Amino acid sequence: MIEAKNVSKRYGETLVVDGVTLSLPVGGITSIIGPNGAGKSTLLSMMSRVMPMSSGNVWVDGLDVTTTPGDTLAKRLAILRQDNHLSARLTVRELVTFGRYPHTQGRPTVQDREHVERAIEHMGLSALADRFLDEMSGGQRQRAFVAMVLCQDTDHVLLDEPLNGLDLKHAVSMMKRLRHAADTLGKSFVLVLHDINFASCYSDHIVAMRDGKVAFQGRPEDIMRPDVLRAIYELDISVQQIEGDWIATHYR
Amino acid sequence: MKRAFAAAAVLVTLAVVSLLIGASDVSWRALFAPEPDERALQVLVISRLPRLFAVMLAGTSLGVAGLIMQMIARNRFVEPTTAGTAESASLGLLTATLLAPGLPVLGKMMVATAFALAGTALFLLVLRRIPLRSALIVPVVGLILGGIIDSATTFFAYRYDLLQTVNAWTTGDFSTVLRGRYELLWVTLGLTCAAYTAADRLTVAGMGETFTTNLGLNYPRIVALGLSIVALVTAMVVVTVGMIPFLGLIVPNLVSMVMGDNARRSIPWVAVSGAAFVLLCDIVGRVVRHPYEIPGGTIAGVIGSVLFLYLLLKRGARAG
Repeated sequence: MIEAKNVSKRYGETLVVDGVTLSLPVGGITSIIGPNGAGKSTLLSMMSRVMPMSSGNVWVDGLDVTTTPGDTLAKRLAILRQDNHLSARLTVRELVTFGRYPHTQGRPTVQDREHVERAIEHMGLSALADRFLDEMSGGQRQRAFVAMVLCQDTDHVLLDEPLNGLDLKHAVSMMKRLRHAADTLGKSFVLVLHDINFASCYSDHIVAMRDGKVAFQGRPEDIMRPDVLRAIYELDISVQQIEGDWIATHYR
Repeated sequence: MKRAFAAAAVLVTLAVVSLLIGASDVSWRALFAPEPDERALQVLVISRLPRLFAVMLAGTSLGVAGLIMQMIARNRFVEPTTAGTAESASLGLLTATLLAPGLPVLGKMMVATAFALAGTALFLLVLRRIPLRSALIVPVVGLILGGIIDSATTFFAYRYDLLQTVNAWTTGDFSTVLRGRYELLWVTLGLTCAAYTAADRLTVAGMGETFTTNLGLNYPRIVALGLSIVALVTAMVVVTVGMIPFLGLIVPNLVSMVMGDNARRSIPWVAVSGAAFVLLCDIVGRVVRHPYEIPGGTIAGVIGSVLFLYLLLKRGARAG
């Protein structure tokens, strides 16, 4: 379980995240949605200790992220941020193998190698496993990064815009794979998503942020309502139920 | 495996050539005759072998130092001479020479190391402050910083009539290497091994601070380790044989183009290629004006700058 208490991030005068208190459910997929600048990515980065908080506390399974040793946390929580600009020339397999580092300290066993191959296959990259990352498309690279984070095999996986740069086919298959991993392996995913319909179709829980605060949270059917979406996005959005899913139409 | 054998063969050939050429005649026949030539044997043991070792150690360690710098700065065009490291080491050495002339070489080297460390840290600090981080701006910043530090060195060296001494530190020259005057360089072999032991951690650091933290590693600690190795290597090379420009830049880049950047795999190749490159430069320098010599560092500068331009045009375009 991930718990945040009074978490804030301040840049000079501006409060990007404003006293967020949040407790995320165990298991399943939680999506964080909201307009640009709502503080979604910042909150995710602070919860995963890759960005220091201005004030507040975050606990992962009861461990305070600011005081717990990094290698202990690395076995419980994995984070992938946006804009993973990598200047190092690594192959897909090398990158994914580094996901095992918290468990192996650089000496992967046979089981670790199986983990790596499974993660590569899971992300549909088997044919590209020996290619260098700088010779691949943005979407393929994104899948390689997600494979590395999944290979870390942690209970909590935090992904900032995992669908970034993916085409429709790969976006759908990414969400299906995350859903599958959540259902069969009991992992908890926290995703920052821009596409509210993906959030609606695949999440168990949605957290909507606005102006650095949690504006709403609940099951998809609680959030996918015109009045709630209007308050979050300042936009008239109609919602229809199609084949059991709540779909927002916001294109006109 | 095939590639490893080919590389070993090239290195051994260059090493043998290096032992046999020179103003004084040292030939197989003189060495392995039933009655070996005493003088030839002496030249071999006192001059040629130490020179060979010095060349290979300097090439190996500077290549690996360049690789470490590039991973830490996350930029392909950074090495000790394009980050102010070498210039700072020279300034440190000059400071030690002026203020504590009685200090033994080891003490002077430690002062040079401290300066090199401070200069490189300053470089990284400046980089953090620059908003526009185009890949090509980074080495330009390093060259400017190095130039400023170097001007201070030149000023004081001029005032105290030490310009020639400073020149010896900045131009790699192996002609003065004799037994008893280069042994400090063996320490760099230990530093290269230390870098190899930390290879995985250095590669992870090369992926950035977030990746490093996510994998449970302490980013500042890895950066400190890497910078210490770079500063120590630079100071030792400057003190013993003088700096060899561009080496730490072109060797890791050429290896990276073929092998990629997984340090566990690339460090041995950078080490061997660095040794071979300096060996080749030294041999060329000894042959072109035989029996006179052109310093190996000068030859390396000429070959290196051409290769650097090539890399800049080829890889710089992609790095943006």
